[in-house]
Amino acid sequence: MSGVSLLVQPVWLILLPLVGSIMVFLLASRRAAVGVAVVAGNLALVAGSIGRLGITGPWQHSVGGWGAPLGIDLYLDGLSATMLAMTALVSLGISAYSAAYFSAAAARHFWPLWLLLLTAMNALFLSRDLFNLYVTLELVGIAAVALTAMRGQREALVAAMRYLLTTLLGSMSYLLGVALLYHSTGSVDMVLVGEAPIPASVAAAAFALMAVGLLLKTALFPFHFWLPGAHSSASAPVSAALSALVVKVGFYILLRLWIEVFPALGDGVAWLLGILGGVAVLWGSLQAILQQRAKMLVAYSTVAQLGYFFLALPLVAAGGSRVWGAIVLLVIAHALAKAAMFMAAGNLLAFAGHDRIRDLDRVVQRMPLTAAALGLAGVSIMGLPPSGGFSGKWLLLQASLEQGNWPIALVLLLGGVLAAVYVFKLLEHIFTSGTPLGEPRAVARTMEWAPLMLAIGAIVLGFLATTTLDFLIIGEPFVPGRRDDY
Amino acid sequence: MIISPAFSSTLPLALVASSLLPGLIIFALAEESVRLRTALNLLGALSKLLLVALMLWGVYHDAAFETRFELLPGLPLILRADALSLLFITLSAQLWFLTTIYAVGYLEESPHRSRFFGFFSLCVTATVGVAMAGNLLTFILFYEMLTLSTYPLVVHRGTPVARRAGEAYLLYTVLGGVLLLLGAVWLYTLTGTLEFRPQGIVSDLDVGDHKALIIIFVLLMGGLGVKAALLPLHGWLPKAMVAPAPVSALLHAVAVVKAGAFGIVRVVYDIFGIQFAATLGVMMPLAWLASATIIYGSVRALFQDDLKRRLAYSTVSQVSYIALGVALVGPIASVGGLVHLVHQGLMKITLFFCAGNLAETLGIHRISEMNGVARRMPWTMAAFTVASLGMIGVPPVAGFISKWYLGLGAMEVGADWVLLVLAGSSALNALYFLPILYRAWFLEPEGDWPQERHYPRAETSLALLIPPVITASLALAAGLLASVPFSPQEWAKLVVVREFLDP
Repeated sequence: MSGVSLLVQPVWLILLPLVGSIMVFLLASRRAAVGVAVVAGNLALVAGSIGRLGITGPWQHSVGGWGAPLGIDLYLDGLSATMLAMTALVSLGISAYSAAYFSAAAARHFWPLWLLLLTAMNALFLSRDLFNLYVTLELVGIAAVALTAMRGQREALVAAMRYLLTTLLGSMSYLLGVALLYHSTGSVDMVLVGEAPIPASVAAAAFALMAVGLLLKTALFPFHFWLPGAHSSASAPVSAALSALVVKVGFYILLRLWIEVFPALGDGVAWLLGILGGVAVLWGSLQAILQQRAKMLVAYSTVAQLGYFFLALPLVAAGGSRVWGAIVLLVIAHALAKAAMFMAAGNLLAFAGHDRIRDLDRVVQRMPLTAAALGLAGVSIMGLPPSGGFSGKWLLLQASLEQGNWPIALVLLLGGVLAAVYVFKLLEHIFTSGTPLGEPRAVARTMEWAPLMLAIGAIVLGFLATTTLDFLIIGEPFVPGRRDDY
Repeated sequence: MIISPAFSSTLPLALVASSLLPGLIIFALAEESVRLRTALNLLGALSKLLLVALMLWGVYHDAAFETRFELLPGLPLILRADALSLLFITLSAQLWFLTTIYAVGYLEESPHRSRFFGFFSLCVTATVGVAMAGNLLTFILFYEMLTLSTYPLVVHRGTPVARRAGEAYLLYTVLGGVLLLLGAVWLYTLTGTLEFRPQGIVSDLDVGDHKALIIIFVLLMGGLGVKAALLPLHGWLPKAMVAPAPVSALLHAVAVVKAGAFGIVRVVYDIFGIQFAATLGVMMPLAWLASATIIYGSVRALFQDDLKRRLAYSTVSQVSYIALGVALVGPIASVGGLVHLVHQGLMKITLFFCAGNLAETLGIHRISEMNGVARRMPWTMAAFTVASLGMIGVPPVAGFISKWYLGLGAMEVGADWVLLVLAGSSALNALYFLPILYRAWFLEPEGDWPQERHYPRAETSLALLIPPVITASLALAAGLLASVPFSPQEWAKLVVVREFLDP
């Protein structure tokens, strides 16, 4: 440790946004400037960690010098670093957008909660023990609910309440599973629990409880009921954060559990989740096609896109880290593209005063940058090349055909077609030449550039697929068991 | 010829950049900056022509131009220039230059020109990428980019009709893209490579895989057939007529249908290998399908009164000559198919330019309004006449060369029925083109033109008049000077020698 700069300790990734959150809470003005600076600093810290990961490999840090089982250990491997990087990048885009979006009054609520959310997500990606994951998961949930409720309108409050109940129920269910495992193994460390002998019935019950809890939070069909309302009624940057980042957190924990704690899960579970994922892809896409409002369309698109992560689970047993890598690529691509889409939809709403799709005439002339953001993000969501969405889908399609798994291949293809239908439902109206209704209000330039940059990121990811996949497997996150080189 | 490696790997990139960069800059330009936009457009088009000329010289002397970049694990993005790519690139670079001039004149004073020319440049970029793709992954990448960049051009006018045409276009092309993707990934799981190689990449596969290969062939042809407007996948093409004339010209002559036809040639030659494809038994069905499309398109064209729709069905028919020439599996027929890639482009772009001139200058959209129009617009109608005669196959216009080689090639491989298809199609071509020429040259005008505009220097604006006159002359020259080095015919022979006889 001695040779390593003090600043690339992972603990700073938690401390910086936490301190920032308290600071913006206490500050009387300039909250946005401080907030953006903190998020930019977070990105720099993540970049430092990535640099170190590339040089020294994965590592573990015992906070305050206390190691497990007493203290808190932070771990960093290729997967956690990738998730941190995704979060840092998307957060920076959302923060730049928010700085222009919120009034001073709203900023007072937004920035402390937003930085708290970032703190919780960073801590979650650095944790590798079941109880810490619970704590951070709960924090993420509470911050997210508070952000959803922030707008204070009736619609938002109802959606936030529903979201709150769902997320609490989810954490509860997850915690019960943790308790069962702790009772049986005497540990909450993921690797120790995974190596300990657990009676099959306990393991099954624990997995079921934890999985249901996480699926509720990740909004996998049929647990998606809360998502469209919450994601569409929140203010635009919050919608972006919820859809791009918060729902991924549950999936990330499930992925870690799948690999480390329950490596012996049978094909049945994989298939069950795979089928639910497939239904989510089709159902979410059909719902998106039927929506009349832009934000609802984008929210249902999230339901569909989340389905892909689960759809691929039956392939991981035979496909191994390549399939996991493809899934993570899709996770990142979706984060970038969906954040861009929600912010672009927010621009439409702010500009026109409504987001009824059929009245979005001539937007492309009046807000070309926003239209470009929608278009480029749409390319990745549809899975067209070159984009992160395309690379991920290609690899999954390849894996499913190699394994002769035609149902998954067909859902992948059909999902792409349906996505094209809803993306172009949105895009075709921005090219129409009707007379716009009402007096448009100008939108700040940063609010146009932020989604465009993220959408370009989703495209660029298509060119960085190989690099990302190579980076991802540093520290072998997709192989179960203790790694001695930490 | 010795070329430094750095040069040979940057040239393909430069060729892509020569239209991509101007396009991206043009998006950012204000609507009013007409001069800067036009300058950028022409600069891009001219530098592309220059680069293509360099490349032509290099490839003729067996130089290799290639750039690689790892896009997916084990699957690179490859841009490479070989004789076949250059056949297509040269066509698109020349016609892009002329279409740019035409579009500048055509869209004068109309709204959203920055958007139009931005996507226009992206469209040409995609075409060049399709032409230089060194493997199927790269091909798909640019093929989809072509779909996305032409969509805004099709719906450019923003009317409900344009929007519906755009929907039809997307419906066909997105579904086609899915077939192509499935075929490509499936193929990759069998072969472990998607690289285009002379004689193909599948001939070593086990006999047990042949059934899968046939399905893959059908999938790939389905995906490519949409853009090439093969029966029954042609439905989008006549609808897309609502687009502005330069877009139709581009769609029909250079970019979209040609990308499909070119893809068919690539897949047959460099994925399956023509001999192997013949032993798989997939070439005869393709020849029948192409023949059916040729006849069907011509018959439908007969019954259209809308000039652009008649031309659109004529495209459906004519583009399938390319597939037919390839599908006959003989070197002579292949020359006919390949050379038609260029010839049809020259002739069809002339026809669409002329149709655009009639609409812009006189407000004429229907054939029944064309009585005596040649008196008012002799140059336009002269160009139109040359191109129509070429389409019919009258010597010495370029179309005759295509049909000649196709006919000879068919007899060489013993497919004499193709002569009937060619004769029938030529008769139908004559039936739907000659009445137009008769009306235009020999009938009296019926009173005033629907919407006449006057231009001081010629029958129409010079930017609209010069491009069709040049393309018609090129179509004539390609026929008259068919045996001169670097003519389309000679280059097609070079392709066939390299791909077919002596790979």
